[in-house]
Amino acid sequence: MSDVDAFRQEVRDWLEQNCPESMRTPISGEDDVCWGGRNFEFASEDQKLWLDRMGAKGWTVPTWPKEYGGGGLTKDEAKILAAEMRRIGARSPLNSFGIWMLGPALLEFGTHEQKLEHLPPIARGEIRWCQGYSEPNAGSDLAALATKAEDKGDHYIINGQKVWTSYADKSDWIFCLVRTDFDAKKHEGISFVLFDMTNEGVSTKPIQLISGYSPFCETFFDNVRAEKKNLVGEAGKGWTIAKYLLTHERAMIGDFGVPVPLSSLARDKMRMENGKLDDAMMRGIISDHEIDAAAFMFTMERAKDEAKAGASLGAFSSMLKYYGTELNKDRHELIMKVNGSDAFEWEGQFSNNGDIARNWLRTKANSIEGGTSEVQLNIISKRIIGLPG
Amino acid sequence: MALVLNEEQQLLKESAEGFFAEKAPVSQLRELRDNKDETGHSKALWSEMAEMGFAGLIPSEDDGGTGFGYVGAGIVAEAMGTTLAASPFLSSSVTALSILSEAKQDVSALVSGERIGTLALDETSCHAPEDTALKASKTDSGFVLSGLKTFVPDGHVADDIIVAARTSGEAGDRYGISLFKVEKGAGGMIVDRTVMTDSRNWAKITFENVTVSSDAVIGELDKGVEILEPALDKARLVASAELLGIAQEAYRMTMEYLKERKQFGEIIGSFQGLQHRAAHLYSEIEVTRSAVLKGLQVADEGGNVAWFASLAKAKASKTAELATNEAIQMHGGIGMTDEYDIGFYIKRARVLQHLYGDQNYHKNRFAALSGY
Repeated sequence: MSDVDAFRQEVRDWLEQNCPESMRTPISGEDDVCWGGRNFEFASEDQKLWLDRMGAKGWTVPTWPKEYGGGGLTKDEAKILAAEMRRIGARSPLNSFGIWMLGPALLEFGTHEQKLEHLPPIARGEIRWCQGYSEPNAGSDLAALATKAEDKGDHYIINGQKVWTSYADKSDWIFCLVRTDFDAKKHEGISFVLFDMTNEGVSTKPIQLISGYSPFCETFFDNVRAEKKNLVGEAGKGWTIAKYLLTHERAMIGDFGVPVPLSSLARDKMRMENGKLDDAMMRGIISDHEIDAAAFMFTMERAKDEAKAGASLGAFSSMLKYYGTELNKDRHELIMKVNGSDAFEWEGQFSNNGDIARNWLRTKANSIEGGTSEVQLNIISKRIIGLPG
Repeated sequence: MALVLNEEQQLLKESAEGFFAEKAPVSQLRELRDNKDETGHSKALWSEMAEMGFAGLIPSEDDGGTGFGYVGAGIVAEAMGTTLAASPFLSSSVTALSILSEAKQDVSALVSGERIGTLALDETSCHAPEDTALKASKTDSGFVLSGLKTFVPDGHVADDIIVAARTSGEAGDRYGISLFKVEKGAGGMIVDRTVMTDSRNWAKITFENVTVSSDAVIGELDKGVEILEPALDKARLVASAELLGIAQEAYRMTMEYLKERKQFGEIIGSFQGLQHRAAHLYSEIEVTRSAVLKGLQVADEGGNVAWFASLAKAKASKTAELATNEAIQMHGGIGMTDEYDIGFYIKRARVLQHLYGDQNYHKNRFAALSGY
């Protein structure tokens, strides 16, 4: 048996013994998603068990080094693990901004001590992180941020306000962009610091959105103490880390995976005649969309293959973010049309409390968060095409 | 297969781009047009292309080709789109060659460039293979063809014209179509060259009781569609690659212009109104590139390419239309002048968009192939 086959067998056996049966069923709603953290209320014993086992094994972050709580797997081994999990329909044990965003930045820019302190609790799902970037007066112009961090020797004292902080009210720690130097040029006075959300002076206030949900918060800092050992990278160099993270985030936001084809939703809902959608106008519009969606899916595939071949994604991620999010908005507009008047249901059992409409409204943020479509077009224009700024 | 060009393909791309930039710049097409050249393409260029192996990219080395396959043909077509190189490459080295290969017939004369082949398919201004009505009636020794073909690429220079004709059933039936190889100069075959917007070679061909022998039949009688469809789909993919090259070059020329043209005391490329449109166009071209390469790879892997071909042709046609329209608009007045090259791109793009089915044809077919 080759090493690959042996590894696959080992993974298969382990999953068989350790993945609870109920964690092999499709998730049916937000409650089934595990975010971890100090205050997380598990939906079931099995959900906790699954997280604990995967966390202990390091397989929540299979490619991170073992000493930082990861599984120490190669990319190929991680692929096998993912494939084996898919095979049995295993749920993701943990959703986490710590894994998706902070982790990669710490691995790239953090000190050994910082990695040792912060990465293992992320891997085990013990600490839930949020991202403190946008401010009321620093949205698209993120580098205009004004949250102030005063140098007090071994710590900073932070004052200011963040906004659109995802799940701030449920998070344990924050990775935060602050201004440490008000005299420097705007991109050069920014630093990247980590602190505990239970520190005195931190408060959060959920923002209710047009979808009725409140995934985002306003976050206020009133003389909050942050230890200097939790400054990532050098003071004044935070913008580099912020950009690195945004590139990661953009590639992620644009990637909606392989969604259920619109045409199959339409087939269920609309009249078919001789194997064709009877509504010729909708048929044409859906076909247009599906052609773009398939071409975009191949573009994600190409980007991944080019990255594997050693090319750097760079500003190409802005194109993916722009195209992918616009496509997803278009998709949800079409889902609304396909569902006709049923799509407007906002409450009640027939629609699982208005899933279709609420999801549609949620997509409107796709082209705002992580840099608006217009900001992405600016980046493409300057960094790829080379048009004058 | 990774969705990127491998090293050999990358080298082919560089050599093709260099070749066409040097041997067939847009000025060559302009000269052919202005001189009302009888052949309509440079014979010298065509023989040099054959020497480079471009006429034999698709067949394997065992079959006398260079074995670059459809990905290779797409690479060369894209480079040709960039300079609008006029040659019978698409009609002969791709379409005719693919048909003969599907039918397991000898393609060596096409591979060497010695003979030019083409497909005579459309009969009305609308691409609809199943509507083939040109009649082939059985005789003792073969068939007699009568009817009209239009929009035949390189029709007036082709040595071997592959004709789709109806041998049974009626217009609209998928089956009952057969393919015949008719040689140049056959009695009763009247070839009228039609000058089209792209200044390339097209023809209307009238068949007045043209007699052919039984061995002129390509593939099985009445089952022409089984050869025609897969071959046509591959030609659609390569045509999509040429459209991609056109879009890419129209975009490139426009970006150059945006970086040098000044108005209101500023480089116009510094205006956000133009920047966002430019960035959007860039995105569409990149997304199109993925769809085209994917389809070409599937063709080389031997899979069913119908869905991929309609996807690529619809997308590439739409993107080429966007790119050439944006190019003219962003160039402003100078883009409307014949002296400036950009007009050649929009005029070639529209004709090629239509060839083997335009975006609406393929949008409709894509939906049907996807089951809705």
